[in-house]
Amino acid sequence: MNLRRKQNGEVCMVLSGAAGQGIQTVEHVFTRIAKDSGFHVFATKEYMSRVRGGNNSTSIRISERPVKAYVDRIDILVPLNDNALERLRDRITSETIILGNEKYVRGERNALVVNFEEIAESFGNKIYENSVAIGVLSGIIGAQEEALVKHITAYFSRKSEDVVKANVNAALKGLEIGRTLGLRFELIPSQEVKSHYLMAGYEAVARGAIAGGCNFISSYPMSPATTVFTELSRLSKEYGILVDQAEDEIAAANMAIAAWYAGARALVSTSGGGFALMTEAISLAGMIETPIVVHLGQRPGPATGLPTRTEQGDLNLVLHAGHGEFPRVIYAPGNLCEAYELTARAFNIADKYQIPVFVLTDQYFLDSFYNVETMPDAKIERYVVKTDENYRRYEITESGISPRGIPGYGTGLVRVDSDEHDEYGHITESAQVRKRMVEKRLRKLKYMLEDSVPPKLFGPENYEYLLVAWGSTQLVLKEAVELLNDELKLNIALLHFSQVYPVHPSITDFIEKARKTIFFEGNATGQFANLLKLVFGIHTDERILKYDGFPFSVEEAVERILGVVGRLRREDE
Amino acid sequence: MFDPKIYDIPGADIAWCPGCGNFGIINELKTALAQLELPPHRVVIVSGIGQAAKMPQYVRAHMFNGLHGRSLPAAVAIKMVNPELVVIAESGDGCTYGEGGNHFIHTIRKNPDITNVVHDNQIYGLTKGQASPTTARGQVTTLQFDGVPVDPFNPVAVAVALDASFVARSFSGNFNLTVELIKMAIKHKGYALVDILQPCVTFNKVNTYQWYRENTYLLPDNYDPRDREWAFKVATGTSKLALGVIYMNPNRPVYEEQLAPYMTDKTPVAFRGLEV
Repeated sequence: MNLRRKQNGEVCMVLSGAAGQGIQTVEHVFTRIAKDSGFHVFATKEYMSRVRGGNNSTSIRISERPVKAYVDRIDILVPLNDNALERLRDRITSETIILGNEKYVRGERNALVVNFEEIAESFGNKIYENSVAIGVLSGIIGAQEEALVKHITAYFSRKSEDVVKANVNAALKGLEIGRTLGLRFELIPSQEVKSHYLMAGYEAVARGAIAGGCNFISSYPMSPATTVFTELSRLSKEYGILVDQAEDEIAAANMAIAAWYAGARALVSTSGGGFALMTEAISLAGMIETPIVVHLGQRPGPATGLPTRTEQGDLNLVLHAGHGEFPRVIYAPGNLCEAYELTARAFNIADKYQIPVFVLTDQYFLDSFYNVETMPDAKIERYVVKTDENYRRYEITESGISPRGIPGYGTGLVRVDSDEHDEYGHITESAQVRKRMVEKRLRKLKYMLEDSVPPKLFGPENYEYLLVAWGSTQLVLKEAVELLNDELKLNIALLHFSQVYPVHPSITDFIEKARKTIFFEGNATGQFANLLKLVFGIHTDERILKYDGFPFSVEEAVERILGVVGRLRREDE
Repeated sequence: MFDPKIYDIPGADIAWCPGCGNFGIINELKTALAQLELPPHRVVIVSGIGQAAKMPQYVRAHMFNGLHGRSLPAAVAIKMVNPELVVIAESGDGCTYGEGGNHFIHTIRKNPDITNVVHDNQIYGLTKGQASPTTARGQVTTLQFDGVPVDPFNPVAVAVALDASFVARSFSGNFNLTVELIKMAIKHKGYALVDILQPCVTFNKVNTYQWYRENTYLLPDNYDPRDREWAFKVATGTSKLALGVIYMNPNRPVYEEQLAPYMTDKTPVAFRGLEV
């Protein structure tokens, strides 16, 4: 099995160039044309932390089958400037076609000259070259002319009629050229894909937040989490969302907690460095038993790290954030539906238990998109009560949950205090009250565990090997496991956790059934494996880890799993 | 006018030293609320940490006693979610101007309709006598043995420089003036700072009741707080400290009123989705 060779019914295209050169335009328009032509689409991008220059690339997978994961393989590579190929050398194979302006493809093994620039000039201006490129790529995959015209027109709709017309004509010329290149990448469309949505990770999180009743976001911009903030701001009028760009992350988190106190359902969206500044506020939420939902889009640290890259390195951070002892829940969605469902759920669970709830994603997850038919149902569950004059904010209850009122709803007073407090919220130093309050807050854990999301098994029920993973690696591993089982006759399954704390206790049964379990994470120390070892006392010696800032590809996952399985087999012999 | 006693918390164990300026301020605050006839369930007092920040513990109203330095972000958020509430952020000079300095600047910029009462005793009380941002240069403290080596922060001048929509200074020992200024600040539409000079009888042996009486003056009748240059001159004056409304700009838009959910519907976001 050579995963780096062309696969039937699928084409992988990569656009590479400097920041600000229009890669995003081509990606945006071309993927929409492909989807509307009836093809499955997956795209992900990697970019440098700069506004101009450097080298960025986007990988687009177009297929007759659903595709939802990143692959290294490049069938067609389109360089958009001089040094566009340099960082992609190890992904270029003898079969990779290098297509584009002569000056950028000259000297390459499979160079295919299509002078986008010259063609654009024939329509009056070389700035139409992105439209030519979109047309050529559309022609290669057999996309529909109608879809091309629709999306080129839509993209340039704010420009003058002449500009729209010139771009459409340039793109149509490209389409004609692409169709006649004879590359044999035409795909067979399927009707149902046309009604699908193209959705990115950040959109699933933002839409999920709205589905969970989010009506307040305070944040401070930080890659890669800003897109969620921007999306909610864009939708703020439609959904009645209060949006505050806070002066710093400390303000953002304190605002979100106070917003919940006052009756909103608030979110902060941040990354590791920003979240580090919020940790005291998380502790406040723990003490005053006021909900907060935190979306943390991970990127490699420590400190500024690799600002635009990906990693699963902040599980420990959110697990331990905040001084003192108090309960919390951490979700780590593995696909778009889960991101939508779990972000909505985060609001309901935060409200129900009056705790901090985290949604952990990462750059790869947020910046990748694929076509989806629909999002799951999500409903808003509200737990705010109307107060009366005898209201006690911290009433001791069997479940540990004290009914939560908000100021102005009923006649009671809502008094919350970051000091240890009695049932009315008044400051206290009584050892007896302290003990009762600690126990009350921690009693919720038992019920939170009952509400925890069980892991999902992908692959055969009677597996020999079991992969354990969490968060954004789900879809890469799902595809890798399918390949390993179908092509290489392995008997391996994936157990994926979308809730990483508290961990659903069924894990021990799954692990017991496996001959060997391999833990798979995008960090250097195996943070989730360490947590499982600590909580359940299980063996977590076999670990596949990655911490170079880039996501796992399907090929890399397959190779590394094969490496471990091969060694385990040799050890068994 | 309401009876100020309706804001009393029966049996409260007050943690302030006898003679503390906070006793003056709590009476002034309760009197101001009573004169404005604000029922306790319409008022939220938001504070940080410190002796001044214990204020809401002793006032019968809604309370959000949050983190050190963070009273303003919390107050802004509460006002955004429920503009029908009267929101008062109340803390000391260390909490507001030191730990929360960045929030002080940006809250003035935002101009939410909240009142910011700052108990300014020019010293750290709860941590036992270290310099605060407003302690005078050269003052010997429990930490600065050779005197404070930096110049004090001037909150009033900073607020004027930022075009704050209402800036006042009072002295806790002047009951009528303080009540009046707190009332004006609450009624003012927009961010209103009331910096209240206050003795710390335990740790600040310099800025005593007598010192404040001798080193403050009431602004003259002809003073125009809308004259920003004049206000800046008063705020930066090096001799005595001016008391009264130092600056106001009633033309600044109120933050929360401009936000998306309130463009077409004035219902507080807090109540949307609830059965009211």
